[in-house]
Order: sequence, then structure tokens, then C-alpha cells
Amino acid sequence: MLQSLWNNRIQCAAVILFAIGFSTLLLNRNLIKKIIGLNIMDTAVFLFLTSIGYIRGRLAPIVSEGAATYSAYVNPIPAGLVLTGIVVSVSVTAVMLALTIRLYQRYHTLNLDEIYMQALREQEEHE
Amino acid sequence: MKKPNNLRDWLSQWDAGAFNFTDMSFRLPRAQKPEAYTDRAWERELLPEIEQKELRAYQRLYPVLAALLCTVIIVFLLLTVAALPAFGSDSVPTINEVTRRYLEHGLSETGAVNAVAGMILDYRAFDTLGESHVLFTAVAAVLVLLLSAKERPEPRALADITRADPILRATARVIVPAAILYGIYVIFNGHLGPGGGFSGGAVIGGALILYAIAFGFEKLEKVLNLRIYRIVVACALCFYSAAKCYSFYCGANHLETIFRTGTPGAIFSAGLILPLNIAVGIVVACTMYGFYSLFQRGRI
Amino acid sequence: MNFSVNFPLFSVVLCLMSAVISCVLPGRAARRLSLVLSLAVSITSGMLFAHILRTDQAVTYLMGHYPHPWGNELRISLLEPLFAMAFSAVLFLCLLGGRKHLAEDLEPAKSNLYYVMADLVLSALLVLVYTNDIFTGYVFIEICTLSSCGLLMIRQWGRTTLASVRYLIFSLLGSGLFLLGVVLLYNVTGHLLMPDLRLSVSELWANGRYTLPITAAICLITVGIAVKSGLFPFHFWMPDTYGYATPSSSGILSGLISKGYIFFLIKIIFDVFGTNVFYESGVHNVLFAFGAMGIVVGSVSAMRENDIFRMIAYSSAAQIGYIYLGIGISPEAGILAALFHILTHAVTKPPLFLAAARLCDVAGGKKRFADLQGAAWSNHLAGAAFTAGAFSMIGLPLTMGFISKYLFALSAFRANIKMVPTLIILALSTVLNTLYFARTVLRIYGHPSGTPAGVMPVRKQRSYAAAAILFAVFNFAAGVAASPLIDILERGLAMF
Repeated sequence: MLQSLWNNRIQCAAVILFAIGFSTLLLNRNLIKKIIGLNIMDTAVFLFLTSIGYIRGRLAPIVSEGAATYSAYVNPIPAGLVLTGIVVSVSVTAVMLALTIRLYQRYHTLNLDEIYMQALREQEEHE
Repeated sequence: MKKPNNLRDWLSQWDAGAFNFTDMSFRLPRAQKPEAYTDRAWERELLPEIEQKELRAYQRLYPVLAALLCTVIIVFLLLTVAALPAFGSDSVPTINEVTRRYLEHGLSETGAVNAVAGMILDYRAFDTLGESHVLFTAVAAVLVLLLSAKERPEPRALADITRADPILRATARVIVPAAILYGIYVIFNGHLGPGGGFSGGAVIGGALILYAIAFGFEKLEKVLNLRIYRIVVACALCFYSAAKCYSFYCGANHLETIFRTGTPGAIFSAGLILPLNIAVGIVVACTMYGFYSLFQRGRI
Repeated sequence: MNFSVNFPLFSVVLCLMSAVISCVLPGRAARRLSLVLSLAVSITSGMLFAHILRTDQAVTYLMGHYPHPWGNELRISLLEPLFAMAFSAVLFLCLLGGRKHLAEDLEPAKSNLYYVMADLVLSALLVLVYTNDIFTGYVFIEICTLSSCGLLMIRQWGRTTLASVRYLIFSLLGSGLFLLGVVLLYNVTGHLLMPDLRLSVSELWANGRYTLPITAAICLITVGIAVKSGLFPFHFWMPDTYGYATPSSSGILSGLISKGYIFFLIKIIFDVFGTNVFYESGVHNVLFAFGAMGIVVGSVSAMRENDIFRMIAYSSAAQIGYIYLGIGISPEAGILAALFHILTHAVTKPPLFLAAARLCDVAGGKKRFADLQGAAWSNHLAGAAFTAGAFSMIGLPLTMGFISKYLFALSAFRANIKMVPTLIILALSTVLNTLYFARTVLRIYGHPSGTPAGVMPVRKQRSYAAAAILFAVFNFAAGVAASPLIDILERGLAMF
């Protein structure tokens, strides 16, 4: 078991990073830290994916003429999936940041609990 | 305690108080004790008592529960990782007929030397179509949030620092054209080597942002304002969707497309991949610049 | 090959293109485009459904020139066009019925962006329904997340923005877990398309290889989708989200988006893991337990709520619990009940939100129950629509709600050990549902407290009237003549 964990140490690092990102996203009340947690979580998944595609001693999947045997190259699929994942992560981060900017402009704090309390007060005054 | 005697009283007591499950009756809220202003004053004032208690219990339990959850996740996933196929070996399940075909026949079927480009823009093109629309969705969402009707001035301090900085301007003068050129190179060689629309578009977007920092948005606005921006993005995405729809339609109905793979390795080859890379590049560059501009000053 | 099998591709691409075009159109044109589009998608899905019903054969539609395991595919069996039709029709009615509030809640300069989001939601739902590739599913789940968040936050109010942040955070947690699950699955099978995944997973499972990673993938994918659709411990975002959005958005979010995710989960259970593997892994017991808890907690929270929108939102949490309860009971009868309940909820919740918004308008925009006293007398249509929806939620006979409770009870009788708890939960939740909906109905039909406002005539709210009546007609029609629908769902499950 320890041997196989050591063999898969990159995946181990990835899952630990994933859990760190997950906990940051859940635990922190600060919006910016939540976004950082989200990015750590996504990056961990990308690390995991990239490590799946890697095969020792093989080339990047740029198929040059002549050497078109598939055993010469690493797996191209994880690279494509990571690309998609990165694009999704960038988009999501941008939307989260934009929401954070809106909330900060309105409530002048990044702490979710404080924002909640201020929003409640605002609603009370509104009614 | 007053027992409800008619329907209306009963309803209003329900509204005013909380449902008590122990004696199955409705109780009126307790009178509020006057208390000194503390951090929790708003909670006390605004939330009914039960919700206050819930909120406090929740806040106390929350870190403990979340930490526990995370430990559980780590242990569970480490056990899983130990059972996974070994890293870097060449006999893992992911090396199968799929990979084999992408690498061995990719060149003749898609015309792309770069197997990743062939995979994302031909074999699994539907994913990438969705992916570029994720970017579009994000821009639209940021527009919803940050596009302000009234002009929001750029933060003064930053503008003052950057505009007056001769080093920044001199460097930008050299780097911006070079970066744009490099971005175009990466886009146009997406099917021949590492790169493609996403990476090239990001480089061009970065160059646009650098230009805006060094010389101000006003100069850039002459060529890229919100109207032009929307039309460019819309045209690029519509072209993308229409081209892919045509190619999917032909594929599903077993028709030949008009696009040819051409000579592998030539710049104008690989059928639809090059035009699609250009469309993706435009979308990505515009998205990057759009995010920056919206964050910075609330408009494009 | 019949031409109608091309409709899913055309619908998806048209939705994406009209989203992009709506970005440059003025608000009114974008609105018309969305309405026409969702109606057209609904009609073409209906035609496709009729075609599949006639031929009784599932179709695999290549997205490109390469079959699985290389290319990308759509799969069209009986259930997919049916749900696509239902989802787009509900979206159409939501946009139609919430027109007045949309006009009030949207900034004129940004109103076209609302319809951009609506089109994107529709495209994402269609892909989630039709796709045969798990990674494509992930990409469109993200489109669905972002665009539904856009539908929510378009109302620029402090609490709505806060609700969007919470919604987005939970959604992203869910998608992170889902993605990790997909990656694990890819790691041990090397496939992303559902038919190959299924073959490979069942072979590995039978040989006892990679059992732990497959179980982990099942857990991660299921939990990810459960978080996104708001199953019990993760339902905290629901009341705020549904309570402070514009009524059309509340309807779309509660009636369609969470249901789209659940439909995708059911598809994954059947087409990726296979029911054998999924029900041997034991994850369904967890779903059953949390579904049951969700029903109770959601109903009790709804009882304690003073705000009509938040009450309906908590009731949604309870309904999500029902669906997961069904998935947890058994792969045949249980999932049949869950599918039926998805349809029930999709035609019941949106009219409740729309009617509640109308009733609140009568009360001067206030949403507390005390202010709604006698509101139905000033807007008969909204009152009637709310009552009809409430009847269906309680599960009175002649409504769809009754049929889905009947199906849940039926599936419970076939499940040995889960029979007693299921029946107890069903009885308890029916009592609780009756209590809190009866309270609302009694309130809105009570004696008006102040001077009664003028009666709102039907001709001043034509589009709402059309939507409310159509929703009610669907509800009662499917409630009265349920057996053909159940029949179709059964056939569809067999064909899945």
C-alpha cells in the first residue's frame, strides 16, 4: 500500500491539494480566500489529470512524419481535458470575482457573515 | 400562554411565533431583552430566536464539521489513489484503442500534426464548442454584474502611476506588438505544434491588457468599444457553431464535408481546425480583455 | 434515417447561436427570440418523441465522423425527447408567465442579457438530457451553473447578489467533486463515452479489479450532483436563491435546473455504471437516507417560514428529497417514481412561484403571510393557480402530485427493508405538506384585513393567464390520464 502510494505520489499530492482547496472553499468566510480555495481545488484536478497522461520516456503528442507509431507518444486525451478544465476554471473564477466586487462595493467587507448581517439589516429597513 | 381560539388568531400566531413540537401548540415570541450593542446585535434584532440559535450552533459546528469532512475526503482519496494504476507506466488502462487511433490515424483523418488539436477540434469537437460558450457565458455574467450605466472612473491612483511611468510605456511599446505577433503565430500553428486558439488568444488578450495599462483605455477604445466587441465575439462564436453544426450534420448523416485535410504539415491544412482555432483565438482574446476592462472600470 | 433525429443537434446549436445573437439584440427582440426558440425546441422534441415512440428504437447520433469510443455522440431513446420537450415547454411558460416581473426587475440596458442566459440554460439542459459523453456533460453542467447564476443575479439587489454567491459556491463544490469523479473513472477505464464506460466498468467490477476507485467515482459523481441539486445537507442555498430571484428565475432554477442535473445523474446510473454496479456499491442507501431526511427537514423548515417565497423554496428542498428517495429505493419502480416526480415538480413549482409573485403584488410587494391576508380575492387567477399548485404538492387525487406519491408508495411495497421507513416518511410529509400549504391557502382566501384593493382583471395579465392555465391543464391532464405517461416512462427506462 505504501509502495503504491509512493509510486502514485503525484496523484497523492493532487488529492491532498484537492482536499485543501475543498476545505478552504468550505471553511473560510472570506470571499477572496474562497476563490483561492476554488482555484487550488481545480488545479489539483488538473495535476491529477496531467499525471494520468504521462508515460515515462515518451514524447509530447506532436506526431511528426515517419514516427507515427503510437508507442512513441504520451496520451493526448488528458491534455485536451485539462485545457477544457482550465477554460472552465478561468470563467468561473471571473464570475466569482465579479460577484465579490459587487458585494464589496455595496457592503465594504469581504466576510460573508458580515455581508449577511448587513443584507438582513438592509432588508429590514426596506420593508 | 394564550391558546388559539379561532382560525385567524391561529394563523397570526403561527406567523408571529414558531411551531413548538413538544406541546404541539403555537407560542408567541418572548419579549426581547434590551441588551448592549455587540457584534451580534443585528442578529438579535433581526432574526427570530430559533434562527439565532440555529445560526450560532451552525457557526460553532461549521469549522469542526468541515475539518472532519476534509480529513475524511483526504483519507478516502488516498486509499483510492493507492489502488489506481501506477504512474508513468505504459500498461495503464488509459492507453487503449482510443489513444491509439488518435495518434496513429489522427494525422490522416484530421490532418493535424498536433494530436491534441486534432482531438479537441475534430474527434471531440462538441466539448470544445461547449468550452468556448463557457467563456461567453462568463463574459455575459460579468457584464450583468459589472456593466454600469454611468461612467465609473478608473481608479485614479493606478492610472496615475501607470500613465506616468516611462519604463512601462517604453517596454510596452516593444512588447505589445511582439506579443500580438507571437499570439497570431501560436494560433496559426495550432494544428502543427503546441498551441492553438486558447493559448494564442490568451497571449493576445494579455497584450491588449498591457496596452490598456500603459497607454490607457481611451486609445484602445477607438478600435475596440462595446459595440464592436459584441459584434466580433458574436461573429466568431456564430461562425464556430455554424461550422461545427455543418460538420456534425455531415458526420451523422454520413455525408462528405467540403473541407479537406490537405498536406499534413502545411499551414493551410487540417480542414476546419485552422479557422476554428482563429475563431477560438478571437473569443479568448476578447474575453481576457473584456474581463480586465470590466473589472477595472465597469465597461468595455 | 428519419430527418427528425437531427433535431437535437439543431436545437442545441440554435440555442447557442441565439444566445450569442441575443447579446447584440435589444431586450424586446431577445425576449421574442427566446420565446420562439423554446417553443420551437419543445415542438421539435415532441416530433422526435413521436418518431421514437413509433419506431420503438433508440438512436445514437454521431457528433462528427467518428463513432464511439473515438468521437462524441448524442443518444436519443424514449425518455430524452420527452424530457427535452417538457423542460423547454416549462422554460417557455416561465418566461411567458413572469413577463411583468421581468419588466420590473431587469434594468432596460441589460434585459437582453437575461434572455442570453435563458437560451444558454436551455442549451445546457438539452445537452445534459441528450449527451452520451460524460465529459461533455461536465462542460455543459458548468454552462448551466454559470447561466443559472446569471438568471439569479440579474436582479441587482443586495440579497440576490449574496444568494448568487452562495449558490455559485455550492455549485462549484459540486462540479469539483463531479470532475474528480470523472477523472478517476477515466483513469481506470480509459473511456469517456457512456457505452464504453459501461462495458468497461461492468467488466472491471465483475473481475473485482479497481473496485475502490470505481466506488469512489460513484460517490464523487453522485455527491457532486446531489450538492448541485440541493439534497438535504446542502440545501442551505435554496431559500435565499429561490426567495430573492425574479419569479421566472425561481421557477426555472427550481423546476428545471436541479431537475436537469438529476436527470443526468439517472442517465449516468443507467448508462455509465449500470444499475447493477450502482446498486451494489451501496451509494443508493446513502441517497435514500439523505433524501428521507431532506423531506422531513425541508417540510419542517417550510412550516416555520414566514415568507411565502422562502416557504415554497423549502418545499422544493423536500421535493428534491423525494426524488433522491426514489433513486435510493430501487432501479425500476423507484427511479420510475423519481422520473415522474421530476415532471410533477417541473409543472408544479414554477406556477407556484409565479402565482406567489402575483399575490405579493396585490399586497403591495410584501411577502410575509400576514400581509397576504385575502390577497386571492384581488387576483382570482393567481389565487386559483396557487391553490391548484398547492393541491398537486399535497398530492390530492386528480393531480400529478397524487400519482407521484402513489408511485413512491408502490415502489416502497416492492422494496423489502425500506418499505416501512418510506411509507412513514410519505405519510409524515403529506401531513406536513398539507399543513403548510393549507395555511397559505387559508391565508390568501381569508377575509381581507384592510380595504380590499381592486380586482385584477384577467385581460390585464394575458400572458400570465396563458401560462398559469397551461401549467394547470398539464398538471390535471397528466394527473387524470397518468397511465399512458407511466407506460411511456416504463418503456423508456427499459430502453435507456
